[in-house]
Amino acid sequence: MNEICEISGGSSSDRTIDVVHASLVKRRQAEKRFRLYGLLSIVVGLCFLVLLFGSIIARGYTAFQQTSIALDVYFDPQLIDPDGRRDPSALMEADYDRLLKNALSSMFLDVKERQAKRALYSLLSAGASYDLRDLVLANPELIGKTQKVWISADDDTDMLVKGQLGRTGAEGERRIKDNQIAWIDKLEADGRIKKSFNTAFFTSGDSREPELAGIWGAVMGSLFTLLVTLSLSLPIGMAAAIYLEEFAPRNRWTDLIEVNINNLAAVPSIVFGLLGLAVFINFFGLPRSSPLVGGLVLTLMTLPVIIIAGRSALKAVPPSVREAALGVGASPMQMVFHHVLPLAVPGMMTGAIIGMARALGESAPLLMIGMVAFIVDVPQSIMEPSTVLPVQIYLWADSPERAFVERTSAAIMVLLVFLIFMNGLAVYIRKRFERRW
Amino acid sequence: MQKSTLLFLLVLLSAAAYHIGRRRSLQVAGGTVRSLHSLPSYYGYYAALWCGIPALLVLFLWTAFENSIVIQLVVSALPEELSSAPPDRIGLLVNDIRNVASGAVAGEIEPAVEAAANHYLRLKDTSNRLLSVLATFVAITGAAYARQRISKEHRARNHVEKSITVFLIVCSTLAVFTTIGIVLSVLFESIRFFKEVPITEFLFGLDWSPQMAIREDQVGSSGAFGAVPLFVGTLLISLIAMMVAVPVGLLSAIYLSEYASPRFRATAKPLLEILAGIPTVVYGFFAALVVAPFVRDLGVRIGLDVSSESALAAGLVMGIMIIPFVSSLSDDFINAVPQSLRDGAYALGATQSETIRQVIIPAALPGIVGGVLLAVSRAIGETMIVVMAAGLTANLTANPLAAVTTVTTQIVTLLVGDQEFDSPKTLAAFALGLVLFLATLALNIIALHIVRKYREQYE
Repeated sequence: MNEICEISGGSSSDRTIDVVHASLVKRRQAEKRFRLYGLLSIVVGLCFLVLLFGSIIARGYTAFQQTSIALDVYFDPQLIDPDGRRDPSALMEADYDRLLKNALSSMFLDVKERQAKRALYSLLSAGASYDLRDLVLANPELIGKTQKVWISADDDTDMLVKGQLGRTGAEGERRIKDNQIAWIDKLEADGRIKKSFNTAFFTSGDSREPELAGIWGAVMGSLFTLLVTLSLSLPIGMAAAIYLEEFAPRNRWTDLIEVNINNLAAVPSIVFGLLGLAVFINFFGLPRSSPLVGGLVLTLMTLPVIIIAGRSALKAVPPSVREAALGVGASPMQMVFHHVLPLAVPGMMTGAIIGMARALGESAPLLMIGMVAFIVDVPQSIMEPSTVLPVQIYLWADSPERAFVERTSAAIMVLLVFLIFMNGLAVYIRKRFERRW
Repeated sequence: MQKSTLLFLLVLLSAAAYHIGRRRSLQVAGGTVRSLHSLPSYYGYYAALWCGIPALLVLFLWTAFENSIVIQLVVSALPEELSSAPPDRIGLLVNDIRNVASGAVAGEIEPAVEAAANHYLRLKDTSNRLLSVLATFVAITGAAYARQRISKEHRARNHVEKSITVFLIVCSTLAVFTTIGIVLSVLFESIRFFKEVPITEFLFGLDWSPQMAIREDQVGSSGAFGAVPLFVGTLLISLIAMMVAVPVGLLSAIYLSEYASPRFRATAKPLLEILAGIPTVVYGFFAALVVAPFVRDLGVRIGLDVSSESALAAGLVMGIMIIPFVSSLSDDFINAVPQSLRDGAYALGATQSETIRQVIIPAALPGIVGGVLLAVSRAIGETMIVVMAAGLTANLTANPLAAVTTVTTQIVTLLVGDQEFDSPKTLAAFALGLVLFLATLALNIIALHIVRKYREQYE
């Protein structure tokens, strides 16, 4: 306000208007500068957004492909089924690893040393023998024949083929050695290496081996957790919103409830995790790591969001609707459930979906209740130990293997797709059903 | 019968009761529905409620107490030499029995344990059967009672509405119970912790190394619980976050609400708000993988010694996360400033930026301060970013380039992984949780108070 003050206080020799004119250039520059700062800060914010998405997509898109190696596998009857009875339990137990090793050795006849052989075998995924087993179980006619089979490669091979693992530098510091690089190059030159869509990533549970690790277990865990959360928090939240907005008398008790809800909305999520650990697990003895406990914790977390959204949706319904309903003889309960609630449902749903989206992305409280355990099996019910997508991301981000970096990014992309879908749905519902009075 | 089957059966029974009640009401009305007090469907609901709710109550109470009673019975039936063991030994034994009963144990099983496991399974089976019979009986009795009550004068609607009101009230008080639950759960464990570690040492001690010595001669396992380094670390990271979020958030809010054209605003605002919807674990990954190495390389190039888990990287990313929070709150408050104030300033010849800086911001300041306080409380309680990008060792420093640890990081590291529940190490996590809860609660109450006062000012 300095300039303006000077003007009004102004010296007697100059006319006020001259002072104003003299300062105008400076003031206009200040104006422009200020405007620029504002624009700049928005640009900075958007840059961060682009950087965040860009870096994750750039690191993650390769994970949707998986390298596999073509091997001419001889399904040796001696190894698979020595007594020739095609007994499934015998087929289950057979040494498929040996078949793979034989196939590899026959391609690289010059590899004789034990250590070199071991390095050669490590090009293949540790789970490759199971794939072979499933192949034989599905089609026992293969036994005794030689067939070209695409076997998924080990994560280091995969990384090298994708160009994410350095070929240069001291050999001792590299995860993949010179002779392995030479073999992979030979395989590639023979057209025995291809990259195909990584189905395992979407269909399998967690694993210590990056090439076997998938998000399906975590997705199912998230689904069960969200189901529990939704089926509890939606009715409870709607009921609480209806009571507080439509029926509650204005007194100390309802004030207390309101203050509580507002505070709970801002309590750090990890504190809810401590609550879940102390109450649900240690006091009630519910199973650790289960989606049930996770869902309960997330219910308590999302309730304030749903209640607040529900109340504002109810508030938006004009009083005339209520008065008309009461006027034709509806009881207050009928007025709310028959007339007000149907009009407020879209708004409530929007709030609920946003609450669910937040619950889907939440991980801190779930760490507290043990959902960070390493779980290979895909959970089948809400009582089984499981993990959820964000926690899976956290676990993979902690893993030292290079290949987990791209898988983490890919899992993040999947999570973000879910979130974008949910938020888009919320926006759609709001646009489609929102009524303005 | 499985509990889920039983639940399903109860739902079916309630549906049947609805029909029975409705039919009964039509029957007593004798064809003239008008002579009934309530609509027929209310009689149906009345019967359904009488059928379902008592049975559900039985089911829940039974489930709540079933386990402890069965365990008690199993323990009392154990052979003498096992049941006279100390309580913690019995706890382990009970766990063994449960594992054996669920078939999760392979290999050698003690005969006594196996016998107990069989006993356990038998008891469970009996209890399940008893429960099924009892719940079904209660459901049918309830429905029969309701049917018998139905008459022309019976005020079914009032009864049904009364029970709905009770349900609504119970749901709305859940928030209070949640708060009480939080306070009690962290408080009890904290009190146990403070019995072992004096509260003054916890609040004012300068040394944090929660590793307890398992052997006497172990090195570096002093078990010191002075939380000051954690508080300082948390504040340092929050401060860095605020230094990013407040200017960027505030300036973008000003631009969006005062300068931007409606079209620009309609695209830029939702885009900025995407930042708020991204899960924190994604920010954590971004911080650990992109920002921290970038900060370190930058520091190396300038010739500074930057830790790879520097507070700067974590704080920076946390600041990005909070930008939309600050900006949307400030946006609200700036928009709430009455147009008359702006018009007055323009009339005096002020430029737009002068109006904003000297009229609008001072007028909106209380609200903005409240919003910033809420943002601080969020920064303090933020977990995943710091768990993934900040350090683990306590370090009492104000240097943003060093690795510091925070309260939330320590809670996670203390409670994740193998743990015994009663060691001071895990209890310390609850004490930290208590501090965190109280700090954020205080911030929230102050902030909400300021915000509410401010809102009233212009309404």
